[in-house]
Amino acid sequence: MSTAATKSPSKIPTDKLLRLYKQMVAIRLFEERVNDLYTRALMPGLAHLYIGEEAIAVGVCEALRTDDYITSTHRGHGHCLAKGASPDLMFAELLGKEAGYCKGKGGSMHIADPATGNLGANAIVGGSAGIATGAAYASKYLKQDRVAVCFFGEGALGQGLLYEELNLAQLWKLPVIFVCENNGYNEYTHFSESTAGDVSARADAFGMANETADGQNVREVFAVASKYIERARKGEGPAFLQFKTYRYHGHHVGDIARAYYRPKAEEQEWVTQRDPITLHGQWLMDNGVADRAVLDKVQADLIAEMDAAVEFAVNSPYPDPSKVDQDIYA
Amino acid sequence: MPELATAVRELTFGEAIKEAIAEEMRRDPRVVLMGEDVAEAGTTFKVLVGLVDEFGKERIIDTPISEAGFTGLGVGAAMAGMRPIVDIMFGDFLMIIMDQVANQAAKIHYMSGGKWKVPLVIRATMGATRRSAAQHSQSLHAWPSHIPGLKVVVPSTPYDAKGLFKAAVREDNPVVIFEHKISYRKVKGHVPDEDYIIPLGVADVKREGTDITLIALSSMVQVALGAAKMLEEVGISAEVVDPRTTWPLDEKTLVESVKKTSRCIVIDEGYFRYGITGELASLIQEQAFFDLDGPVRRLGAMHVPIPFSPSLEDVTVPSERQVFDLARQMCNK
Repeated sequence: MSTAATKSPSKIPTDKLLRLYKQMVAIRLFEERVNDLYTRALMPGLAHLYIGEEAIAVGVCEALRTDDYITSTHRGHGHCLAKGASPDLMFAELLGKEAGYCKGKGGSMHIADPATGNLGANAIVGGSAGIATGAAYASKYLKQDRVAVCFFGEGALGQGLLYEELNLAQLWKLPVIFVCENNGYNEYTHFSESTAGDVSARADAFGMANETADGQNVREVFAVASKYIERARKGEGPAFLQFKTYRYHGHHVGDIARAYYRPKAEEQEWVTQRDPITLHGQWLMDNGVADRAVLDKVQADLIAEMDAAVEFAVNSPYPDPSKVDQDIYA
Repeated sequence: MPELATAVRELTFGEAIKEAIAEEMRRDPRVVLMGEDVAEAGTTFKVLVGLVDEFGKERIIDTPISEAGFTGLGVGAAMAGMRPIVDIMFGDFLMIIMDQVANQAAKIHYMSGGKWKVPLVIRATMGATRRSAAQHSQSLHAWPSHIPGLKVVVPSTPYDAKGLFKAAVREDNPVVIFEHKISYRKVKGHVPDEDYIIPLGVADVKREGTDITLIALSSMVQVALGAAKMLEEVGISAEVVDPRTTWPLDEKTLVESVKKTSRCIVIDEGYFRYGITGELASLIQEQAFFDLDGPVRRLGAMHVPIPFSPSLEDVTVPSERQVFDLARQMCNK
């Protein structure tokens, strides 16, 4: 990374620009291996892949501190990794192994990690809005300056709890950022078929600061998130951010035949024209931040790390059945 | 020390709960209470009047009418270092918050492999006969009792209410406390003016007896005690056992009482079908079958939406007379 010391072509420091790239590639490689594990029948249950949406988790989490909080969703691997989770312990959890983040008790949809401020992924759509708002409330009450980010998909716009939390957060000026990842599809239904009115108008109704931005541009996500996170940290209240994005894969790994709900041409357009990693990589090269060799090295190092993490997880033991009734009560 | 007997202090059920909350808030600055009209109004039942004067509106917090919203907020606050008490005015509103209680609070510790804790207290009310009709009168303590990860408290006396509430605030797990609305003013008893805890999961024998065990919860403890007095007059000695918490459950005390008396009625104000009485009756029959003289019997709220009219509502809740008649029949006296 000899280029790291060169003057940055953007307001974002050069090392951060490269970090944004690296983190997105890490998530992409992680998710590709999840799909592979599923296809090879090594992974119990299902997983919801984040491929295509990497710029949002990375752009937002790179603007957070380790002790800031996040809540995540069923499509949460990207958020967990971006917040600092280790791929080996994540793969172990996805395979239901004892070494996993939750001792194999949570699985893909429930990864939680106090060490990185991850309050947990949540399998109830919109279900974590209260948890994130409550963590922000605790931060304010305890006179900490921690910020909480609530990630949710546009599908959660149909859930009542979200609006109760928007009201409470704005009413009590809590340091919480609501991040709507609008990938266009509520499972197998286009969001235009489920969502009346304008998305950001929902935040306007509560008098909440809000902004809509391109979720495929990691620098834009980072800049927008940084602005509102620092504002919240200073005690100036919550924000609602909508990032437009696209889910390359199906709703979950098993959702392969998708033509009945979205055209292949649409998928191809996003994959070939609007991929956040390709776009940011090209930008780094065009602006002299990194050359192809640097980016290839980033990828090669991560491939080695991810493959080792998969191997660790595959070779880890399952929890002993006697552990089934441990951890119900603290 | 009989000379102290004159100094015994009596509080109502509601006053005991207020004292428990005040003591815990003095002890631990992380304890806050939030709900609808809890501050200056002191709740719709006026149970908390005065607390806001001592602790301020930062700790006795009026919320919007948004039960799921502030309960979810309580879950997150509990995870992030607070010890919140959320106030659910009517237990019927449990349905509104059930995702936050059953899918979130109850499961977070387990789903995270024991990493996150949710030290949250949810106080709700229960109980019929206030002429409040079907959506403000139910006793739904069986619902959270069904969910692994929750603890459920159903106090019957002022003494128990204070000690159990204080224990709940110090718990590292989510606890749901059901306070009986009629008991707030009606039930009085001795409450020490000191710091004491009643551990969750310890039943209490409210009255000793030898012929029949009446297992009763919450408001039904007073009903069972009333029936026991009537039974005494016809020569039947009834033991009244109050589990005090539905989970954790003190199985041993319940089973030992029935092994001694050989007869048992379980009495609860929750709906009769698929409820607490069925669970406890099955427990007794599994663990004390060979000591029983006959089947364990049950009395619970009728399986009807709670009606408004007094003449209808009053027959939905088990009465002293029903307990008396059933016990007499079981004892052949």
